[in-house]
Amino acid sequence: MANKKKPDENLKGSLYAVFGVGIMIILLWVYCFNLFIERF
Amino acid sequence: MSLNNNLTKVDHRDAKLAMAHIYVAFIALLLGGLAGLLQVFVRSGQFTLPAGIGYYQILTVHGVLLGLILTTFFIYGFQIASVSRTSGTFTASQRRLGWIGFWLMTIGTAAAATMVLLNKATVLYTFYAPLKAHWIFYLGLTLVVVGSWVGGAGQILRYAQWRKENKGSGQRSPLLSFMVVVNNLMWFVATLGVAVSVLFQLLPWSLGFIERVDVALSRTLFWYFGHALVYFWLLPAYMIWYVVIPKVIGGKIFSDSLARLSFMLFLIFSVPVGIHHQLTEPGISSTWKFIQVVLTFAVIVPSLMTAFSMFSMFELRGRELGGKGLFGWFKKLPWKDSRFFVPFIGMVAFIPGGAGGIVNASYQMNQLIHNTIWVTGHFHLTIATAVVLTYFSAAFWLIPHLTGRTLTKSLNNLGNFAGILWATGMTIMSSAMHIAGLFGAPRRSDYSEYGGAQQAYDWIPYQIAQAVGGTILFIAILVIIYIVVKLAWFAPKGEEEFPVGEVHENGGTTPAILENFKVWLVILVALILFAYTIPIFDIIANSPPGSKGYQLW
Amino acid sequence: MHLHKYEKYWLVFGVTTLVAFLIILGIGAFHQGSHPNVGKKTLDYEKVKEFPPFDNPGVHKVEGKDWDYEVVVLASAFYYNPPEIEVPLGAKVKFIATSEDVMHGFEVAGTNINMMLEPGYISEYVTEVNKVGEFLIVCNEYCGTGHTMMHSMLKVVDPNESK
Repeated sequence: MANKKKPDENLKGSLYAVFGVGIMIILLWVYCFNLFIERF
Repeated sequence: MSLNNNLTKVDHRDAKLAMAHIYVAFIALLLGGLAGLLQVFVRSGQFTLPAGIGYYQILTVHGVLLGLILTTFFIYGFQIASVSRTSGTFTASQRRLGWIGFWLMTIGTAAAATMVLLNKATVLYTFYAPLKAHWIFYLGLTLVVVGSWVGGAGQILRYAQWRKENKGSGQRSPLLSFMVVVNNLMWFVATLGVAVSVLFQLLPWSLGFIERVDVALSRTLFWYFGHALVYFWLLPAYMIWYVVIPKVIGGKIFSDSLARLSFMLFLIFSVPVGIHHQLTEPGISSTWKFIQVVLTFAVIVPSLMTAFSMFSMFELRGRELGGKGLFGWFKKLPWKDSRFFVPFIGMVAFIPGGAGGIVNASYQMNQLIHNTIWVTGHFHLTIATAVVLTYFSAAFWLIPHLTGRTLTKSLNNLGNFAGILWATGMTIMSSAMHIAGLFGAPRRSDYSEYGGAQQAYDWIPYQIAQAVGGTILFIAILVIIYIVVKLAWFAPKGEEEFPVGEVHENGGTTPAILENFKVWLVILVALILFAYTIPIFDIIANSPPGSKGYQLW
Repeated sequence: MHLHKYEKYWLVFGVTTLVAFLIILGIGAFHQGSHPNVGKKTLDYEKVKEFPPFDNPGVHKVEGKDWDYEVVVLASAFYYNPPEIEVPLGAKVKFIATSEDVMHGFEVAGTNINMMLEPGYISEYVTEVNKVGEFLIVCNEYCGTGHTMMHSMLKVVDPNESK
């Protein structure tokens, strides 16, 4: 089994991609939250 | 590795059982899709249904056939094949359970569908009391659920047999079978809620044995089941994403333990969250609503983990193929392979789907969208794109694998074409639904000008857009049915692979705790008792006089 | 179990975001009182017309309460009583509603007023109507064939504007 310490793989693209997903989630949520605050 | 040392070909007797389920699923797709097409036409205001057929009747057909029948039958067909492929051929008695389950579910479906077609059960697929359907409708749904227990037990028994035979071998159980068992256990626990409601409330009530039902209780029991239902749909898609796609793209499963952990998190957090569907209704206190909102947010975490696992699986493979730079790996993926491309579209759809879901669950913000057509747009991204496109892509290799045929190049290309059509149609339809929903357009509503109100007038262009998108989606359904028919009966004979991925060498060992079902089930039961005891006690203790049944259609 | 460094970053970021959402919602709810409908009062839905305030549906000005107006709505298949609601701009209004038969919705399109009406339960929501306009009220829970015939109108009028 390959459990000895190996350097982490290069997953920089994945890091950017998931953070992109995260930003989209935040943008949509903030947009809807604003709509909610504006309405009575 | 333990994952791949089993049979590579599903036994033909198991294949027959799996295919029986898959046939029913795709018949449901065709009929349910047709009902959907009629709906978007009606809502565009340009079309009226002939022969006295009601809008809500076809809406019931659409919801029952696609939400309950297509999903459950495809899931079982896929799961039977998966367990047989990774744990080994079913014993005769396990397979018999599978067939008994299949026939119970099929008879139940036929019974419920008959009542819907006779207009005796136009209660939509959520059948909220005090609208009262014909008792045969409830009995039919009961048979579907009981059948799913019997068939699901057969799958679990095969997995248990593997565990017994490999005791002390130090191997982790086959990942795909493990995932099937998690999904079935979640299903069993969740369906208890709806079973209690149907058996002790709705069925005796519709038969006239009891006069009244507690509406709040029946709704709470329904939603105890209802949110886990959506995870029951989603987890088989995750199985394909985690286990099948790595093999399809020539890569490896990013991490066995992360896959198992995310499934166990789904198991424990899928059920004690149903009240987030009841945020705008009376009779449940703010505290308990908010607690279930927090638990709902917890069930987002395994999906965040999945997002990273997917990207990493792709990136590792793309870099192996020589992709350079930050995103060069992306271009190296097998875009022409429908077994990858079609579920990839599904994954992309799950991003806005999931983001919208977080808004839905956000306690007071739920008022913005509750029962508006935003919600319909939301679950057409999650279930009706992410999940079903993944199922369809699996059908592209599973059906020929089971029928001894092959996915030809032209059928593969047609599959990709259907995926593009679906993406196009759904982008139009779902976006229009989301936007109109924020303006307040209600879901589950016939065409109406609402007395000439300006706001209702503003919704109509979006309803026309939904009809355009819906039409494209129906064309996509026809293409998919064509592919399925070809693969089942006409494609060239041969061997089609059932792809099962292996774990990446850096994936690390899987802790034994992730295979200890007892521990996770105890946590699940504890969470359910925590999240539901007081709300249900409150509902019963403070209940107003119960409701008589109404037939208002 | 091995977690990639970047996956840790992502999970920390994701979970922090979710916790931040929950804190914002929680403060809004439990500090500022922004709850959805959580009515807990019950009644006998078959005798609802004898039960105050539903013996007198309509718009009522009230004194000595935390709100200025009470709007009492009785929903039944496929009708809202009153069929139209008029309140002055800036008033704090409590909507009190229930159903006489099956489940109905009470959604004021373009606002946050969105409640399920359940037979036997009183749904309540308090808000300050701070925008002039005509807001369509729709039933957003399927209640039978006439579901979309079930609508009403909330008119928020500026009392300073002469008619």
